Amino acid sequence: MSDKLIKYTVSIYTENSVGLLNRISAIFQRRHINIESFNSSMTEIENVQRWTILVITSETFIKKIVGQINRQVEVIQSYYHTDEETIYQESCLFKIKSSLLFDDRQIQNIIKESNAIIVTVNPEFFVIEKSGRTHELDELYEKLNKYGILQYVRSGRIAITKSPLMISEKLSNFKNN
Amino acid sequence: MSKISGSEAVIKCLLEENVDIIYGYPGGAIMPVYDELYKYQDEIHHVLTRHEQGATHSAQGFARISGRVGVAIATSGPGATNLVTGLADAQIDSTPMVCITGQVSSHLLGSDAFQETDIIGISTPITKWNYQITKASEIPEIFAKAFYIAKSGRPGPVLIDITKDAQFDKIEFSYKKVEAIRSYNPEPKINPDALKNAADLINNAKKPLIVWGQGVILGNAEDELVKFVEKSGIPAAWTILGASAIPTSHPLNVGMLGMHGNYAPNVLTNECDVLIAIGMRFDDRVTGDINRYAKQAKIIHFEIDPAEVNKNIKVDIAVLGDAKKSLNEILKITNKKTHKKWLNEFKKLYKIEYEKVIHNDLNPVKDGLTMGEVIKEINLQTKGNAAIVSDVGQHQMIACRYSDFNISKSNITSGGLGTMGFALPAAIGAKMACPEREVVAVIGDGGYQMTIQELGTVFQTKAAVKIVVLNNDFLGMVRQWQQLFFDKRYASTEMVNPDFVKIAEGYYLKARRVTERKDLADAVEEMIKSNEPYFLEVVVEKEANVFPMIPTGSSVSEIRLN
Repeated sequence: MSDKLIKYTVSIYTENSVGLLNRISAIFQRRHINIESFNSSMTEIENVQRWTILVITSETFIKKIVGQINRQVEVIQSYYHTDEETIYQESCLFKIKSSLLFDDRQIQNIIKESNAIIVTVNPEFFVIEKSGRTHELDELYEKLNKYGILQYVRSGRIAITKSPLMISEKLSNFKNN
Repeated sequence: MSKISGSEAVIKCLLEENVDIIYGYPGGAIMPVYDELYKYQDEIHHVLTRHEQGATHSAQGFARISGRVGVAIATSGPGATNLVTGLADAQIDSTPMVCITGQVSSHLLGSDAFQETDIIGISTPITKWNYQITKASEIPEIFAKAFYIAKSGRPGPVLIDITKDAQFDKIEFSYKKVEAIRSYNPEPKINPDALKNAADLINNAKKPLIVWGQGVILGNAEDELVKFVEKSGIPAAWTILGASAIPTSHPLNVGMLGMHGNYAPNVLTNECDVLIAIGMRFDDRVTGDINRYAKQAKIIHFEIDPAEVNKNIKVDIAVLGDAKKSLNEILKITNKKTHKKWLNEFKKLYKIEYEKVIHNDLNPVKDGLTMGEVIKEINLQTKGNAAIVSDVGQHQMIACRYSDFNISKSNITSGGLGTMGFALPAAIGAKMACPEREVVAVIGDGGYQMTIQELGTVFQTKAAVKIVVLNNDFLGMVRQWQQLFFDKRYASTEMVNPDFVKIAEGYYLKARRVTERKDLADAVEEMIKSNEPYFLEVVVEKEANVFPMIPTGSSVSEIRLN
């Protein structure tokens, strides 16, 4: 097992319960691992939540951490994946002064080339939205930052795995037993 | 159906779970439950400890000796925070316990109300599960879940926090035991292939070694372990929490593992060809330097908790599942064998340890009394049938090394957390769970004073525990490290102690002090014959050290005899 630090996406299927987040974050905190991004959402299964947590750690650690997450009573199942094993997206919003749009034509080109969406425009500011992979968002940020950004916010990663996860099967097995 | 209050529902839940003793301390936010305890006092015996920490350790002692779920109860705020050490201890030592705390009324939550503390937040990392009840209607389901979670699979502590309004509200009570939770898989199914591969390794091993832990005791797998050991002829060693699962006198019991364990099993861990770990978690006190732990051996791990597999030591074969079932299965496909030559290597090393360490510990000729000779005397007087409840430090290592155990669940000690102050309250709980058994608490002068107030509980309940304080006027284990690794700079380890006999007598307990060898046997005999609680202080040599010892960072085979 490798001790090389890389990005891992942790997917956790959970019951919808108060306090579980605290329990899971404590498992990372104990090992002094920072959570890079976090997303909680509904899933294809009613009353089941899916958490997507992005961390930078080693394979040695992530295996043990996922084992300890799985041990929690309200966790249905958790997994870890590398970037290659998932289809993932992040999204971000930029708030930029409207005057820049007219003063500097280059910004319009940047928006077009990056496939970003203009969400709203008003006399003071405009907001653009961009979804994509980490490096695409990073690149757009670098380009726009030169002109000045009023506000910038980025979502947690969401990821879907290329291989099946069999959560519904697991839950229906429970019902049948 | 007539309605009852939430607090009465709490009592009814406890009765449904066959709880007849609980340990606790009343206070504002839990008063409605205490009011019901008053009404139900014929059915549930509430033991008033002198501190909430004592309540948790008593509940732990109760659970450890009986295998039943221990219950502790406290009020909100400081009452709840005083449970923290016991919860952490129960979590790391896998002890089934349910703690109940009162909480401020739900409309006050988060407002810094009087005696409000976020005990759910505080206890999250040190509980197997916890839950805050804010509506009385939740009580039956949550209690049923709590008891199920605490005792199933790898056991552990659960905390239920109940707001005061939920204690007052009325509900129609009905109780249904929980037998499964869909997100929770307490007992993995045994994989037959893993089992077969394990048997192949075991049957072909030339120098196999079994290392077992508390999983055997928690899984009630003692008989299965003995059968497996006897059929396979494999020498077997134990972690301190595994102690007593196989009688001390069993010819294949080769002793204790780890930092102050026996010489042979530690040295030969690094010479065996197959290491069979059963219900143990390769704690650092057992493995020493993990990079030099049993590298030559194939390792098989029988374990109920998947998170423990490959956590500290990479294993070759993991057999997940309940120890009792796994051992039963492996027994069927294990060949009958003996390992005489290999066993002789253990005997040879034992002889060396006996001559260099054990003989001097148990049969000293120097003036000062040794801790070892006190344990030897307790063995003689109790014929190895006592439950020994030890605290933490030198006396603990001596008690675990030298106590004779004929009966399982007889070594009750704080292993993973190393909680000083554990023994006195734990002994009270153990004695109450098994009043017919002799329960001897062996405690150092340091740890004793951390929960000494529980003498009040002993006096009030008349629980006939025998309390032995081995007094060297030092925090002995820390002093030993200071001597060996800090050039004898005894920073804050010397204790100026009170008159312990007078203190015990202040609580109206029979008490005696021994300072000379000639009085030891008589005093221990008097103590064991007593039908009442008894306090015995033995003044032991001030600067004795516990050996063998594996210094931190050393490998198990580098264990020192002096």
